[in-house]
Amino acid sequence: MASKVIHAIYNDDDILLNAVKKVRGEHYHIEEVYTPFPVHGLEKAMGLANTRIAITSFMYGVVGFCFSIWMMNYMMIQDWPQNIGGKPSFSYFENMPAFVPIMFELTVFFAAHLMVITFYMRSRIWPFKKAENPDPRTTDDHFLMEVDGGSNANEVAQFLAKTGAVEINIIDKDEDH
Amino acid sequence: MYTLPGKLKLLAIVFMVIGAIGIASGFLNTPSNTEEVKELLASHSEDGHGNATAVHEETKESHNQVGVEESHENEHLEHALHAYQNRPWSAFYVAAFFFFMLSLGTLVFYAIQYAAQAGWSPVLFRVMEGISAYLPIGSIIIFAFLVASAMGLNHLFHWMDPDLVNPESEHFDEIIFGKSGWLNTPFFLIRIAIYLGGWNLYRYFSRKKSIQGDSSDNLTWFKKNFKMSVGFLAFFIVTETIMAWDWFMSLDPHWYSTLYGWYVFATMIVSAITVIALVTITLKAQGFLEFVNDSHIHDLAKYMFGFSIFWTYLWFAQFMLIWYADIPEEATYFVTRIDDYKLLFFGMLVTNFVFPFLVLMNSDFKRVNWFVVLAGIVILIGHYIDVYLLVMPTTVGEYWYIGIPELGAVLFFLGLFIFVIFNALTKAPLLQKNNPFIKESKHYHY
Repeated sequence: MASKVIHAIYNDDDILLNAVKKVRGEHYHIEEVYTPFPVHGLEKAMGLANTRIAITSFMYGVVGFCFSIWMMNYMMIQDWPQNIGGKPSFSYFENMPAFVPIMFELTVFFAAHLMVITFYMRSRIWPFKKAENPDPRTTDDHFLMEVDGGSNANEVAQFLAKTGAVEINIIDKDEDH
Repeated sequence: MYTLPGKLKLLAIVFMVIGAIGIASGFLNTPSNTEEVKELLASHSEDGHGNATAVHEETKESHNQVGVEESHENEHLEHALHAYQNRPWSAFYVAAFFFFMLSLGTLVFYAIQYAAQAGWSPVLFRVMEGISAYLPIGSIIIFAFLVASAMGLNHLFHWMDPDLVNPESEHFDEIIFGKSGWLNTPFFLIRIAIYLGGWNLYRYFSRKKSIQGDSSDNLTWFKKNFKMSVGFLAFFIVTETIMAWDWFMSLDPHWYSTLYGWYVFATMIVSAITVIALVTITLKAQGFLEFVNDSHIHDLAKYMFGFSIFWTYLWFAQFMLIWYADIPEEATYFVTRIDDYKLLFFGMLVTNFVFPFLVLMNSDFKRVNWFVVLAGIVILIGHYIDVYLLVMPTTVGEYWYIGIPELGAVLFFLGLFIFVIFNALTKAPLLQKNNPFIKESKHYHY
């Protein structure tokens, strides 16, 4: 059995934002909104939960920080101590200031790259993946709101028409999608 | 309109009175000859702060057999006497500059907001204007202090001694002589008058235009303020570096660091933004500034966080280059600080970096007022220590202590600062009326 979803297309982010608030005010279910660029405040209007990526970023930073300490200790103190600028590398503590820039860089490196990878995994994006957006215009200058039709798709569509949509399509959607 | 609460006024006056007593007792208890210094050193060894005496006794022992003990000890006592005599002056100078830089940093932040035409901050402009109202008074006090130094009332600025640049004298110092084109008393005072004057002129006219704007029907005042701010910022960034050389780096005229001006600026701006946040939260707690929401506090806290890291970056950049090169004439700066001030020197990394970094990292904590206040107080204490370490190691050396002269000076200037800025806040409505960004700022929502 197929359910109906409604694709309401807008051509302005402010109109979209107001429409999202109205739709949620009527307790219709918004499945997804596709936009060509990040719309400020949209996630709050849609009622999405706060992102937890900052927490992962902090943890990755801590990992990078610890890794840099281990790495510099292994490279410069244990494996191949060198005398650089009259400062022989026999003690980690005494050479620590020289390693601070590396600690900083690796903390940033780990936090940034692992955060991006986490974001891709969480958003289920990978190379050569087929795009999920239902209308290619959402990559250009249109905004698409996908609303669950429920039991009375026509009524929802009429409501959406009043929120400033420039185009409304009722789509039969397969369950397995 | 804001009215100064009686309690706050009383508190400020009490601070000023207690502080003035502390400053006065600091000056009165200064030893005037080497005999008194001897007693002081002896008594200090009893109460546990015996570092100085230990060194003193060591030198005594090692020179016992040589027979030059007497003259050497006299020289040593002479040195200690100078340090003790410098201490109340230095304590006064540190506190005077600390509160001066809070208002100057606020003025700079204010100018940046105008120059950037920022949309989030105009609701805080009157708060910033209030804080920068301390600038004229702070400038006069610092200028008077430096004139007193130039007149020889104190010996903080070692290079002012005419013997050092006199090739005939036995104290002739070739390095200072080489710098005397810049480091000479008349030019010193003239350039200080120029940049203090410039900063105060900007403060005077920008405030004037801001008040005019409330009853104006066009935006000429705003455009003028924008232009003035841009000019001021260009003037400031050059003169601020010169100020850092003159007021702090020249205390130790043999030593130099090229990022010193930025370092002092970092301390200034992070403390100033902290004070903006603290004053804003205080006013909100008193029931004013109803148009300031937690997104504004959030933004100020972000700046506190960011500039704390900026300060650490500069601190470390200066430290690491000197540590790595290890050239004696440069390393001496850190040797005195690490030998005699270890706890403060590394302790301030905790208060100025680790603590604000961890406390203010979480986005939600930046909107919780008491978290911002807690972090802010620790940051301010840490940056007071930073200014303390700019001055004390060269003027007082190993004979430092945070006691009555230091706390008295801090209390006095804190009282004066509170009195002046909260008084200035009563002089105008707490919200600019015709700023074109005021509506955006009121609705600012992160």
